[in-house]
Amino acid sequence: MKNLLEINNVTKNYGNFRALNKVSLHIPKGSVYGLLGPNGAGKTSLIRIVNQITMPDAGTVFLDGEKLAPHHVAQIGYLPEERGLYKSMKVGEQALYLAQLKGLSKTEAKKKLKYWFEKFDIGAWWNKKIEELSKGMAQKVQFIVTVMHNPKLLIFDEPFSGFDPINAQLIAKEILQLREEGATIIFSTHRMESVEEMCDDIALIDKSNKILDGNLADIKRTFRTHTFQVGLQTTNAKEVENLLRTNFEVSKADFKLLNKGLTLNVKLTQGNSSNDLLSFLTSKGEVQHFVEIIPTANDIFIEAVNKNS
Amino acid sequence: MSKLKLIIQREFLAKVRNKSFIIMTFLSPLIILGMGALIYFLMQKNDEKVKEIVFVDNSGLFSKTDFKDTKTIHYLDYTKIGVKATKNKVEAGNYYGALIIPKQDSLELLAKAIEFYSKDSPGISIINSLENKIEKKLRNKKLNKFGININKINASRIPATIKMYNFSGEESSKLINGLKIGLGAIAGYLLMMFVIIYGSSVMRSVIEEKTSRIIEVIVSSVKPFQLMLGKIIGNASAGLLQFFIWGIILFTIITIASAVFGVDVAAMQTANIPAEQMEIAKEMTSGSKGQLIIQEILRLPILKLFVLFIFYFLGGFMLYSSLFASVGAAVDSETDTQQFMLPIMLPLVLGVYVGFATVINDPHGSIAVLFSHIPFTSPIVMLMRVPFGVSWTELAISMTLLIITFIFMVWLAAKIYRVGILMYGKKASYKDLYKWLKYKG
Repeated sequence: MKNLLEINNVTKNYGNFRALNKVSLHIPKGSVYGLLGPNGAGKTSLIRIVNQITMPDAGTVFLDGEKLAPHHVAQIGYLPEERGLYKSMKVGEQALYLAQLKGLSKTEAKKKLKYWFEKFDIGAWWNKKIEELSKGMAQKVQFIVTVMHNPKLLIFDEPFSGFDPINAQLIAKEILQLREEGATIIFSTHRMESVEEMCDDIALIDKSNKILDGNLADIKRTFRTHTFQVGLQTTNAKEVENLLRTNFEVSKADFKLLNKGLTLNVKLTQGNSSNDLLSFLTSKGEVQHFVEIIPTANDIFIEAVNKNS
Repeated sequence: MSKLKLIIQREFLAKVRNKSFIIMTFLSPLIILGMGALIYFLMQKNDEKVKEIVFVDNSGLFSKTDFKDTKTIHYLDYTKIGVKATKNKVEAGNYYGALIIPKQDSLELLAKAIEFYSKDSPGISIINSLENKIEKKLRNKKLNKFGININKINASRIPATIKMYNFSGEESSKLINGLKIGLGAIAGYLLMMFVIIYGSSVMRSVIEEKTSRIIEVIVSSVKPFQLMLGKIIGNASAGLLQFFIWGIILFTIITIASAVFGVDVAAMQTANIPAEQMEIAKEMTSGSKGQLIIQEILRLPILKLFVLFIFYFLGGFMLYSSLFASVGAAVDSETDTQQFMLPIMLPLVLGVYVGFATVINDPHGSIAVLFSHIPFTSPIVMLMRVPFGVSWTELAISMTLLIITFIFMVWLAAKIYRVGILMYGKKASYKDLYKWLKYKG
């Protein structure tokens, strides 16, 4: 079985409002999967269906080849965007309670918690109440209760909100470590830099529909515009620019170079290759800069959403 | 361990570890007893002070024998001192008051001319007792004038008491009827208080989970219905625990008190019973008043009432706390709950009012019977009726209706709860609640 999670044609309505419209996703085992989309697109609805908090009106969900069933909650770890813990309950007691709700026995839970508390060096918090901890400290506890039962599937909804950069990095490292250990990770976020950094595959949901999905590198390839940033040291800049315009699409540069010279954004047109552009440039002067503009996840996100509306 | 059990355990512990629970449980019986003892003590203290009333009789009809001293009131004959001097003495604060009886031509005129002077307004009971004494004296005088022998009249008085029986052979009396009313009222009222206190505790617990945002973490592990049910059962258990602890504390204190001040306890218990019933009581038993009360209480269906209290508490609590839970789920903070509280509180308060208004007059009247079958009021009204003897068939119907209704209400509330707990930052209206009911899964 290649995919850990298969979502097929899932539809969900709230009254007259359609939150999800025949959404299908295939999430490969061992991947970090980015679930992207503007606010209100339907991401949380989809995540809640995977967590069996709500049921789909139509469509099916399979986890590791099995139709989603109540016992699967033990194999899923979920860090919701709206998250928190019982404020007046002690850290240790609370973590034990949540672990047992996930199906661990008390002794197992204690063992797992000991490991994580030592790893994060927070053993001293065991008997503290959550309300005595800072927000960042509480988030660490929250992360532990999400992952402590070694779930096959981890779902993080905006995992970095509320963390300072140091803790955010610590958590990112842990997430990648969990992937190494075999977990599959769904990552729902607006922070595009973390998508670039961590995700292998992405899906984009907008207005209740999936508008894009697949391997991130593949998507980037389809979204490439064959535009290059070009920097050239030449004596007759005007003439070179005019010559370029005859064979390529030329626009104003969106970058700066250290040395003065001609800077342009050049887009290949039909029948041209990057080599044609490069050999033309070398014949006219000294090439100082030649980089293809690769669309960022952010660019893809904005373009896809705009296209959809 | 099953998840429901875990949730019940957590909710129960969260409730009973709460400081206010501990204080409520152990302090309130002491406060109630303390207040009772204080009132009793003050009453004693108040009565201990002897009031001295002086009288000036210019009519020549009265004498000291007409004004017999009691434990708390002493009468002094100041006729010789004169009206003016007596008034001055009373005004100076030497005596409680002065009764001035002037000389008049006829008894009728005299009856309207008697005056009482005092520094502070006199107690109504004192004036009543003085009026009684004077009326009795004047009546006797009048009877004498008519040539009627007063001794014969006194001898002709035969007090009658009707003994009441029902067909199960139970003997009843006014005293036991009073006890039944008291016991039923206490049970009904206590049930309403428990439902409100523990119901709103369920509601607060739901709101806490919403505001702390742990709810989504929890419902990714358990079904919302399990969570709601666990909360309700956990809180009900805490309520029962409190009830049992109160029972034990009260039982212990009463046992100790009756052992140490046996007579006083009996006196305290009889303090509220009117004198005529006391007389009946004296006639009926040879033992002391205290013994009589205990005998009468033992004749009440205490065990039946206890078992039914537990049943109706649980049934009523399940019914109402599921509503409280759905209200908690529909709001973001406790201040928003008010618009939904009225429909919940109304039937509870109605139950108590109907109970007090109808059961006392006619425990088996049609209104009392009707309201003891409507599930929203039956826990309260039925408990009030039980001491008067309710047939098992009637109980079975009422209990079955209650069970069916609470299962339905829990199911309905769970639908609202399930949707509401995941709605943040939105103040729901009744329209929203109706919409949520129709959401699938």
